[in-house]
Amino acid sequence: MVLAADAFAQNVFFYVIAAAMAFSAIRVVTVKNVVHAAMYLVMVLAGVGAQFILLASEFVAATQVLVYIGAVVVLVLFGVMLTRAKLGQDVNLTNDYWWLGAVAAVMIFGVMAYSLLDYYGDEPLDTAGAESQLVDNTGQVSDAIFGQYLVPFEIISVLLLGALVGAIVLARKD
Amino acid sequence: MNLASVFAGPFDAYWAQSILRSVGVIAAVLLPAGTFVYLFLFKMVSFMQNRLGPMEAGPYGSVQLLAEVGKSLQKEDIVPDRADRTLFKIAPYLVVGTVLLTYVVVPFGPDMVFIDSNVLGTGIFFVMAVSSISVIGIILAGWASASKFSLLGGLRAAGQLIAYELPLVLSVVGVVIQAGTLDLQKIVTAQATGEIFGWGALGNPYILTQGVALLIFMIAMQAELAQTPFDMPVAESELVTGYMTEYTGLRFLLFFIGEFASAGAFSAIAATLWLGGWYLPGLDLTADYMNVVGPLVLLGKTMIFGGIIFFVRFTYPRFREDQLQRFAWKVLIPLALVNIFATGVLKVVF
Repeated sequence: MVLAADAFAQNVFFYVIAAAMAFSAIRVVTVKNVVHAAMYLVMVLAGVGAQFILLASEFVAATQVLVYIGAVVVLVLFGVMLTRAKLGQDVNLTNDYWWLGAVAAVMIFGVMAYSLLDYYGDEPLDTAGAESQLVDNTGQVSDAIFGQYLVPFEIISVLLLGALVGAIVLARKD
Repeated sequence: MNLASVFAGPFDAYWAQSILRSVGVIAAVLLPAGTFVYLFLFKMVSFMQNRLGPMEAGPYGSVQLLAEVGKSLQKEDIVPDRADRTLFKIAPYLVVGTVLLTYVVVPFGPDMVFIDSNVLGTGIFFVMAVSSISVIGIILAGWASASKFSLLGGLRAAGQLIAYELPLVLSVVGVVIQAGTLDLQKIVTAQATGEIFGWGALGNPYILTQGVALLIFMIAMQAELAQTPFDMPVAESELVTGYMTEYTGLRFLLFFIGEFASAGAFSAIAATLWLGGWYLPGLDLTADYMNVVGPLVLLGKTMIFGGIIFFVRFTYPRFREDQLQRFAWKVLIPLALVNIFATGVLKVVF
């Protein structure tokens, strides 16, 4: 059972984290230094992890941290340092097509906002039985992946393997 | 149980517990780290090299550590002129902070836990996730220092840590499959109540069935800690001290604490996963006295692995960079995958 005070605390933290995430996300694309941009990206991704923890999905949160912060951002930083690790200001980061990205972002926001509002409206989420679901969500995640979503999961694995092999083929000239 | 229901309780009790837990984590980090430095870095290596080591501060130099800390605290905190000041200052805290977090899920006794497993049930997975963040701190330190030595050290460290993160995580998977849980407390219980072909007097410490995984974990751990023979990132003969070159005073001390505290953390986790954690055969698994004995047992087992880490560190010469990468990708990772496969098959068969 989720109490009113819980829901209040959860809401407060949701908005605090969401505000920090939105600020960092804007800084990722406006800051003039690649490494600083990567650091703001870390804050956005950590914010997503924090939101998952707020929803008591600590397995997904840990995956978020391990995959996105521990692997993706580290690889980004590694690549940045090997190629253009300039200290100080780096002004040529924004290219001429930045507005296309802005349009795409607005369109994605619109689609997601519309579908969420259309589906849920003003109805509060049905939280009955939520407590029992919180006990073992690692098991639930694995049951879902290896049961209901087994075929999509395997297809994505093969797709990723193909992408990996393709990247190596493209990168190796000899 | 989630964050929200924690807040539903009386706030005073919540904050009191939080303060106790924070103090506990700091003690749990500093105690093994300090013991490692004194016992192994100061004394064991001295005896291995046929010298006495620190003898002046306290009996047998036992308070040498305090002198070192006092010295470091007095030093000027220098930030290089061309450095990226903010990132340069944040980096060491990032490294130490992740080490503090790894201890959160390690159980020290039946009730001696920092966080209940029904609040954070992902245990070992959480450790792997959190420890992967420290790489960012190291890369940042290398980049923000604005020094060629630091940058090269940071790059080498990043390449090495990415390569050895994989075998580290994969070696743990074997234990997780056998125990059937990610929760460290339940892994301890599974080892304590396990049986070897129906004979349960020793329990079933996973070092017996997952010995290969332990070997992979120990090698990968040595590399993650950047200890010799995997100390290319801080190779003093070519890079001064790698990503730490420009750091002084407190911030250097933080890196130093981070290095030995994470040696302690990884040793404690290895002891929990493979040697049965805080439990010893013959003791009562649920008795109250285990809350006092348990931490001591775990500390003892941690010291075994710590001793191995530092014995290897002072025995073997350094790997070359290409040998190091080839060893991770072509030997350790395939071996870890075979181990996972074999464990999975045997788990289904038995």
